[in-house]
Amino acid sequence: MRHEILTLRTPEGIEFTLPLAGPVSRMLAWAIDVACVGAAGAALGGIAGGLQLVSADLATAAVTVAYFVLQMGYGMVCEWAWRGQTLGKRVLRLRVVDAQGLRLKPSQVVIRNLLRAVDALPAFYLVGGAAMVLSRHAQRLGDFAAGTVVVRVPRPREPDLDAVLPGKYNSLRALPHLAARLRRRVTPDEAWLALRALLRRDELDPAARVSFFRELAAHLRSQVQYPPEVVETLTDEQYVRNVVDVIFRTER
Amino acid sequence: MILDLERFLRLERPLWRELEAQLERLERDPHRALGVDEVRRFHYLYQRASSDLAQVQSFSSEPELRRYLEGLVSRSYGETHETRRLPDRFSPRRYLAETFPRTFRRHLRAFALAAAVTLAGTVFGGLAVALDADAKPALIPFSHLEGDPSRRVAEEESASEDRLSGRKASFSSMLMTHNTRVAVFCLALGLTWGTGTLILLFYNGVILGAVAVDYIAAGQTPFLLGWLLPHGAIEIPAFVLAGQAGLVLASALIGWGGWGGWGTSSAQAGSRGARDIPTRRVAGGRRDEPSVGQSSAAGGSAPLNPEALGVAARLRAAGPDLVVLIAGVGLMLIWAGLVEAFLSQYHEPVLPYALKIAFGAVELVGLTFYLAFVGREKREP
Repeated sequence: MRHEILTLRTPEGIEFTLPLAGPVSRMLAWAIDVACVGAAGAALGGIAGGLQLVSADLATAAVTVAYFVLQMGYGMVCEWAWRGQTLGKRVLRLRVVDAQGLRLKPSQVVIRNLLRAVDALPAFYLVGGAAMVLSRHAQRLGDFAAGTVVVRVPRPREPDLDAVLPGKYNSLRALPHLAARLRRRVTPDEAWLALRALLRRDELDPAARVSFFRELAAHLRSQVQYPPEVVETLTDEQYVRNVVDVIFRTER
Repeated sequence: MILDLERFLRLERPLWRELEAQLERLERDPHRALGVDEVRRFHYLYQRASSDLAQVQSFSSEPELRRYLEGLVSRSYGETHETRRLPDRFSPRRYLAETFPRTFRRHLRAFALAAAVTLAGTVFGGLAVALDADAKPALIPFSHLEGDPSRRVAEEESASEDRLSGRKASFSSMLMTHNTRVAVFCLALGLTWGTGTLILLFYNGVILGAVAVDYIAAGQTPFLLGWLLPHGAIEIPAFVLAGQAGLVLASALIGWGGWGGWGTSSAQAGSRGARDIPTRRVAGGRRDEPSVGQSSAAGGSAPLNPEALGVAARLRAAGPDLVVLIAGVGLMLIWAGLVEAFLSQYHEPVLPYALKIAFGAVELVGLTFYLAFVGREKREP
């Protein structure tokens, strides 16, 4: 079964995760790379036009060799120079990394690019695509042989809290020990889900909005029991909003 | 649990920045040697970031901070726990005088198998053409070789014009790039557990055998040798070496050959093949455990035994040798492409066959000597 993340554990007992790139984003990155190689090939053709003045034979030979080197070397040079990224991977925020979390070696970069010859079979990377879908870590055959994986490198971004937390009085903050317990018990994924739900609440159908926030609030209420007098006047959505305020706004 | 995130960030962020700067420097120049104090500081910063990550993992509001720290810890982990030997700075002299021929000799059995399969194909192709007249058009897919050899020889020898005039360089570049692509494909087919590599080698042999017997049967042996030997003395071994690389890949995949690879003794594998397998030092200083957590390639904490390595560790060990071999094949094919375009296509009376045959023989002897003896170490068998 395919995993969406690769989890590694250091000898110090610290776990870290690498979000694996899926076939679609990798295909898009590949398409950009193909376009780049094509554009560079066209530029080579232009330069060869100048060489034709000296010798048509030499110009043809130079273009043939240069285009071959470009095709074979583009991925290797870019991934080595930019630590696992080609232009396409930079645009899609992907990166080739060692599957064991170690330093990426030049031989790994070369092998994964050379073995594209088989991954690209019979056309449009069907073999490589199938291998990625079937592989646990979304590896094409070249990645498997080289011991590499392609991970996503998401752009860090700050949540727009002012859009959802207008700075009203928050009764949950009145009890600091329960607020601290709330921060500890709510998992990062739950907190992020609650924040996203608030950011996108206006996109929801009214009935679905009520139902969704009821479920979310019930779950959050089960994490920390507040005295009834603190929370009884809060609607479900207001409760979720106050929880998000407690979790994300720590500097009041 | 972190109660005061702001204070936590204020205290830790400068250390993260310092670690990030050290990582940038290390990644920019992997050969940079760190002093003892720098190593200590780096290790301290890595452990501090690991500890911060452990704290942040329990803190719900900071998934981005967690991701940032995970990135920092993963990069530091790679630098700290990497024990595979860093490849030396590339030196063409060392590559040609030591690395390439030694790597070739380390995988002699794979080469022998590749050569045997090519030879089997040659015998098959030769016998097929000798015994069945209809076999020739089926086995030789090149239109210029389909005709009568004697007629071609007569045409070539009586030609008054240089048919490659004005296109020798482009013909040469076409040969180089095409042959290199085929060689890379031959290596890559090792991923089919070697089946594809063997088929390609056999097929190359079939064509060679069919053409050779066709010309020999027509009484054109001098022409054949004069035509094929100058470039074939390098090109044909280059394809066999590409097959050798493919079989090395296959052997790593399958687990045959007591890893480091076919033709490698266990002792060699332990001293060299295992050198490139990541290991980490455990508390007692034993160097025996693969560093990967759950995706452990060698499986568990058994002492490092090259023959018991998992597939990922074997492939990891094979990688550098594959690159060395295929780079050598590329160089050989560049030479062969030049010779084929500028020498092989010229026949008597322009160039005497004896001279061309002698040139090819010298190349073959030179190549054999180079691969067999250059850069030989005392402990090599």
